[in-house]
Amino acid sequence: MSEQATPAREAAAEPAAGGGEPPEADRFRRLVAQTVAGPPWVVTVLAIALALVVGGLLMIISDPEVTDTFGYFFARPADALSASWSEVSTAYAALFKGAIFNPDAAGSLTEALRPISETLTEATPLIFGGLAVGLAFRAGLFNIGGQGQLIMGAIATTWVGFTLDAPGFVALPAAVLAGLAGGALYGALVGWLKAGPGAHEVIVTIMLNYVAFLLLGYLIGSDVFRDPDNPQPISKPVADAARLPHLFGDSLRVNAGLLLAIAAVVFTWWLLNRSTLGFQLRAVGANPSAARTAGMSVGYGQIMAMTLSGGLMGLVGMSQVLGTANANNALTQQIDAGLGFTAITVALLGRASPVGTVAAALLFGALQAGGREMQAAAGVSIEIVTVIQALIVLFVAAPPLVRGIFRLRGEGGGHSGLLAKGWNG
Amino acid sequence: MSLELRGITKRFGSLVANDGIDLEVRPGEIHCLLGENGAGKSTLMNVLYGLYQPDEGEIRMDGKPLVLSGPRDAIAAGIGMVHQHFMLVDVFTVAENIMLGDERTGSPLAFAGWLDRRRARRDVAEVSARHGLDVDPDALVADLPVGVQQRVEIVKALIRDARVLILDEPTAVLTPQETEELFTVMRSLREAGRSIVFITHKLKEVKAIADRITVIRRGAVVGTAGPDASEAELAGLMVGRDVRLTVDKAPPALDEDAEPAFAVRGLTVLDESGQAAVDDVTFEIRPGEILGVAGVQGNGQTELAEAILGLRPAAAGGIWLDGRELTGRSPRQVLRAGVGYIPEDRSHDALVADSSVAENLVLDLFDRPPFGRRGTMDVRAVRDNAERRVAEFDIRTSSIDTSVGTLSGGNQQKVVVAREMSRPLRLLVAAQPTRGVDVGAMEFIHRRIVAERDQGRPVLIISTELDEIFGLADRIAVMYRGRITAIVPPDTSRADIGCLMAGIVPGSDDAPPSGDGTPPAPDATAPDTAAPDATVADTTVADSAVADSAAPDAAEAGDEPDPRQDAPVKDGDK
Repeated sequence: MSEQATPAREAAAEPAAGGGEPPEADRFRRLVAQTVAGPPWVVTVLAIALALVVGGLLMIISDPEVTDTFGYFFARPADALSASWSEVSTAYAALFKGAIFNPDAAGSLTEALRPISETLTEATPLIFGGLAVGLAFRAGLFNIGGQGQLIMGAIATTWVGFTLDAPGFVALPAAVLAGLAGGALYGALVGWLKAGPGAHEVIVTIMLNYVAFLLLGYLIGSDVFRDPDNPQPISKPVADAARLPHLFGDSLRVNAGLLLAIAAVVFTWWLLNRSTLGFQLRAVGANPSAARTAGMSVGYGQIMAMTLSGGLMGLVGMSQVLGTANANNALTQQIDAGLGFTAITVALLGRASPVGTVAAALLFGALQAGGREMQAAAGVSIEIVTVIQALIVLFVAAPPLVRGIFRLRGEGGGHSGLLAKGWNG
Repeated sequence: MSLELRGITKRFGSLVANDGIDLEVRPGEIHCLLGENGAGKSTLMNVLYGLYQPDEGEIRMDGKPLVLSGPRDAIAAGIGMVHQHFMLVDVFTVAENIMLGDERTGSPLAFAGWLDRRRARRDVAEVSARHGLDVDPDALVADLPVGVQQRVEIVKALIRDARVLILDEPTAVLTPQETEELFTVMRSLREAGRSIVFITHKLKEVKAIADRITVIRRGAVVGTAGPDASEAELAGLMVGRDVRLTVDKAPPALDEDAEPAFAVRGLTVLDESGQAAVDDVTFEIRPGEILGVAGVQGNGQTELAEAILGLRPAAAGGIWLDGRELTGRSPRQVLRAGVGYIPEDRSHDALVADSSVAENLVLDLFDRPPFGRRGTMDVRAVRDNAERRVAEFDIRTSSIDTSVGTLSGGNQQKVVVAREMSRPLRLLVAAQPTRGVDVGAMEFIHRRIVAERDQGRPVLIISTELDEIFGLADRIAVMYRGRITAIVPPDTSRADIGCLMAGIVPGSDDAPPSGDGTPPAPDATAPDTAAPDATVADTTVADSAVADSAAPDAAEAGDEPDPRQDAPVKDGDK
């Protein structure tokens, strides 16, 4: 060992704040622990199945043609049943065709790949966002400021994208980094407010969402950002060179953002499981008091967690602007598309782990892509998809419910692990 | 009413928590259930309270079988339970807590969900008066001391007419005085014909209060005894072998002329409300010496330990280790300076319950080679370290990947001890090192602490268990209301220490030492010189572990404030 005995003099960004943790922080840490430990995968799969069943019931109820057949159910039950069946089966077939594979279009390779391409395109921002929320979650922080952070990332990306006149190999990385930095700084602000003055991150992020949203509105009306050629409040488009290139030809929307997302997954996995910073973040998240006593700086951990989380959220904003989902490659007031909040459900479903987040993001991406096809081909409102997403998370969050419905026995015989924890604690 | 458990078996997966346990509780007796942590006491009581269903066996009350499908059934059958962690709503008053789950209204507006608070208050007043429990029905639970909260739990059970009262490790959270008060209450309940099942692993308490004793080890009853059984017998039953309750240690090999390795001078630490929790405390520890700090819980010991570690700022005074000032350093700097710290609340301050044993063993050194290099953890090094420590410290765990929260209290504490003692130490601070730890682990931990001392380290032990202090300490400092009332040799009588713990200096005029009272005797061990300003800043940790005495390597000299010489300390150490 060649370590110096000299104590590290360099900045320990320890906040002066003492130990007094509010009780809700404890409760949140228990939630974190439960989410990370999670229900068995069987429960997750069953939760998805259950959500699809309930979604099917909603389709039946919401279609007047089908409900009419129930009006004479006792006279001719077969009518009602077959109408219901065809409604649901057509819808889910369309969902599958839109999200995974369309046998009717198998003739051309491009058409056969289109559903997968759509799913991956939808999943890309969700991967970034899910990682962002999951990372903060592991550090014991609930980042519901994704909307604000991704807007800040999008603003920074857009500004660099339309001002920097450079070839693609400069412009694109610059715009990507700008998005990362924009989100990271906005996240760091939250981390600093938490670590220093001790402001609760949930309150702060909600408020900063408003700030970012209104700043966005102001900017796209301002001379710096506003596109003079467009009557709508929309920013100037980013330069062609700064856009994320298509991966497999112009007719498939999947783009290089996916590669960045995969890189982010690998990075986050490494960070959480193999880096000293990640070790510190997890310790701070699970027991800040023990982390502090072991010589870690809780404040530093919180600032770093929010910075990284905000940075990943900034990349959501980046992919929203530079990606192919945005026809104009410009800022609009709706640039966040609710992704800051969808990311929370993705992270919960993925148990705040990088790999789980990818799976959850792909599922949600598939539902989104398939939902459009479902609306077009089967006339079922795309809102049903949102309901199904919500139901999945609801069922995953309540394992005893799913176990009860499927008559599964919980581990440990009879009682569920979560409930048992409370008694011998 | 007599209660009988017959052949109770409870399994969790492959683990048999209770293995054919028979237990009989007679009316009007205090029945002690004695066993190490993890022996299965709490599981058995959870079966009795209806929280767990037994896999085999039956519960009989007055000869009739009793089926308990939940606590509600148990309450209806006259069984009450006071959990180790209270089940109270902090922001409710005592009376409101009493009504929880039993919102009897009795008022004409009952149908509308009208709560009869008056009746709840009357019930509380009546029951607490009858058993001498002294509980104010209108007090907010959050404002009550722990001992009173426990009484609220007891009142709650009594109001529901519990005839068998289960107390799960009730004294773990109590001061000695509160324990005495609890015992008085328990005796009064016994007089009133109620039965009490008292779960504990503290032998002294068993001797003090039990009518009958059932000893459990590894989920099975290994013996029953009367209150006349000796402590050694009971301890032997508990751990399955003879255990010595005294610590085996040689007299300290002290160099009388040695400079004190560790010094605290005039230290004052404020608590959250700005009061002095540690008030002008001065003491020194020489290399190879154990100083035991005795005192009733809550007299500033916790704050003293936290201030040494840098978890609390010092309002005045200072802390020196081998001549280098530790005052005002961050916990990380203090740890890196060679301080080992065993905090008194391991689950709160020392362990990350959901993380693995291996990770908890490197919580302090995770970013240092060999565990962390350039921001990356070396997983193999972490695992190798864990395998070594688990073997060396006899940590009983199914694997190093097991989350630490699932281990028994004793093994959790061994994880903490293993971590803190695996750094090269220059000082060990151990607060309640064996609290909630079984006898076997206690013995082991005591041996390790003595071994640290024998290698020439200064050791500070803070304990509310006088046995532990007497067993370990070479000198005893007694704390009372944030001050050290005296520092005495270990052959001082218990009675004298007891007086000091209550703030009375024996031999003086029986009054607590006042304000800046003049010291009864000058501190003979205080050095004549200023704190040695030698420092070891430039030696490596490994080197300094070998060379115990401070290498005189002048650095940072000049920022050394004058150490206080006029320590108000009664010295008994010649």
